[in-house]
Amino acid sequence: MTLIRLEHVTKVYHTGEVPVTALRGITLEIGKQAFVSFIGPSGSGKTTLLNLMGVLDKPTEGNLLINGVNISSLGRAEAATFRANTLGFVFQNFNLIPVLTVYENVEYPLLLVKHVPAEERRRRILTLLEKVGMVDQKDKYPNRISGGQKQRVAVARALVTNPQVVLADEPTANLDHATAFKVIGIMHEMQKEFGTTFIFSTHDAKIVGEAEILYTLEDGVLVNQETKNRN
Amino acid sequence: MRHLVKIAVRNLFRYKRRTLLTSSLIAFGVILVIVFGGLAISFKTQMVGILTNTALGDLQIHSKGYVESIDNLPLNLTLPGNTLAKVEQSLHQSPYVAAYSPRIKFGAMISNYAQTSNIRLSAVYPEMENKTCPGLVNRIKKDLPNPHQFIRPGEILAPDNLMKGLGLKVGDEIVLIATNKDGSVNGLTLHISAFIESVLGPAGKDGYIHIDDAKTLLRMNEPEIVEIAVHLKNFDQLNTAFNELKKEMVAPESNIEVHSWEQLSPFASIARIVDLLILVVKVILISIVLVSILNIMTMSVYERISEIGTIAAIGTRPRRILMLFLMEGFAMGLLSTTVGVVIGLGLLWLMNLAPIDFTFGMMQVSLAPSIPAREVILITTIVMLVSIFASLQPAYKASKMEPVDALGHV
Ligand SMILES: Nc1ncnc2c1ncn2[C@@H]1O[C@H](COP(=O)(O)OP(=O)(O)O)[C@@H](O)[C@H]1O
Ligand SMILES: [Mg+2]
Repeated sequence: MTLIRLEHVTKVYHTGEVPVTALRGITLEIGKQAFVSFIGPSGSGKTTLLNLMGVLDKPTEGNLLINGVNISSLGRAEAATFRANTLGFVFQNFNLIPVLTVYENVEYPLLLVKHVPAEERRRRILTLLEKVGMVDQKDKYPNRISGGQKQRVAVARALVTNPQVVLADEPTANLDHATAFKVIGIMHEMQKEFGTTFIFSTHDAKIVGEAEILYTLEDGVLVNQETKNRN
Repeated sequence: MRHLVKIAVRNLFRYKRRTLLTSSLIAFGVILVIVFGGLAISFKTQMVGILTNTALGDLQIHSKGYVESIDNLPLNLTLPGNTLAKVEQSLHQSPYVAAYSPRIKFGAMISNYAQTSNIRLSAVYPEMENKTCPGLVNRIKKDLPNPHQFIRPGEILAPDNLMKGLGLKVGDEIVLIATNKDGSVNGLTLHISAFIESVLGPAGKDGYIHIDDAKTLLRMNEPEIVEIAVHLKNFDQLNTAFNELKKEMVAPESNIEVHSWEQLSPFASIARIVDLLILVVKVILISIVLVSILNIMTMSVYERISEIGTIAAIGTRPRRILMLFLMEGFAMGLLSTTVGVVIGLGLLWLMNLAPIDFTFGMMQVSLAPSIPAREVILITTIVMLVSIFASLQPAYKASKMEPVDALGHV
């Protein structure tokens, strides 16, 4: 049950004066309902890799398929639709929309996918806010809640469209340790409950314990893969 | 859509001070257009009203070539009997015409036996003239029990500038001396029944006598009419009526010409300048809206790059991002115009409590400004369209941002 497949994926940035090769020949497969972590030092290529799997960027060489769709074939608008329907995102800086309340932030992605009746929308949003423990804060604006709370809202927002994959690039980098654990814990619970594949990156070796599959990146190369038994 | 509006409006109120500043600027422009437009339009309307209702009529009909030599008031370019009958018949049948008045216009000498001066005269049938120029009686400095008889045979209504020049009084006897079209000179004694206020333009300084007196003075068997002034039922249909009447009456063999008041009064060019000034003020408004909306929307986009990245990343299509920012510019324009229109109309209302009185070209004008609804709608539409136009470039820029780059931007 392969969900994401990378075949010899290479990414070269030509932004600066010298080209930077951020990823070199990555080949891997991620299945459904997986809880995957990429670890590696800063600059090792984690963000680049998650951007590719998030259909935010395209590989320079090689193929990246999600659900059998080669993402290189998607145009800008198609890619956006694909992201809205298939993927969820959690960001390092939380990235909630400041002018929307907690409830409205979670609602936002639902307005981008078609045909979710208002009643169903409401039920889904409240269920998720309940699960991440934010339902009593639903009418607050993002600047009124803490970083940990923001990230929990972000997890709810990422899940509201029932995506197949949630991508989280260093979701705990701006959180203290205890909060970071809680957020990863919530992500893990959601993965079990909804069967969503979670892919997150971190450079913090202490919080990767939760991951079931752990990839290690170094200088754009996949150097190690560990699989833990599910419990 | 509803959600886009919500986000756009909330973003607008996010930077309260900046929004307030920009919308005040636009509102100020709208107020300027409304107040200036209100004053200018009502000045124009009132002036045109005075000229057409008290002297010119809305349209005039002459024999061909008359208007070209109107300064000489020629008596040989008359509307001959059969032509006159046809013209009168057309005027009777026209759905646009409310009334008309045949006139004989001529120049004469006026003497009080001590001094002599020149005078322009309109000889009229008082009842027809009163129906055609109902405002004329307001210019007469005398109470008239029956306005339909504002002039009777044996009387003259003298222009008030002559009153000072010749030292005339009501009731004085004067002699009119005129040359008829055959060149023979004749005189007629009349009494001054009242003085009449002047209005702008040569025809505004005419004295009035009864048409029967003109017949006697100019030794005519039948009144030889040189001018027919026409009063329309609806002044707003001036152009339609003008074209219709022209089509009906003016043929190569007919020897008739039709003119609208605009072709006969020097005020028409002032009216055009007033229109031009209104246009200039509108252009200023458009520039204000363009620059300030462009400025505020460009700032909005630059400040919110990472937010744009976020919504793009989670799947907002470029077109929707474009719409979001267009909506924001539109909301800004709408807010500002609404405030501007309310304040502008409020100011006009206040000005109506104390109308401004002044004299323009010897005419007493009392300005109670008002602005036609269609002007207000036009201004609002212009501001809205310009707001959207000015937001286009920043909104397009936002929609073109790559989520990866935008997200990386802090
Ligand atoms: N937009 C870019 N332009 C040029 N080089 C980049 C860009 N993004 C990342 N890189 C480079 O690619 C390499 C991998 O970066 P990144 O994927 O951000 O690593 P990580 O997320 O593990 O810190 C680094 O050397 C970085 O400098
Ligand atoms: Mg990174």
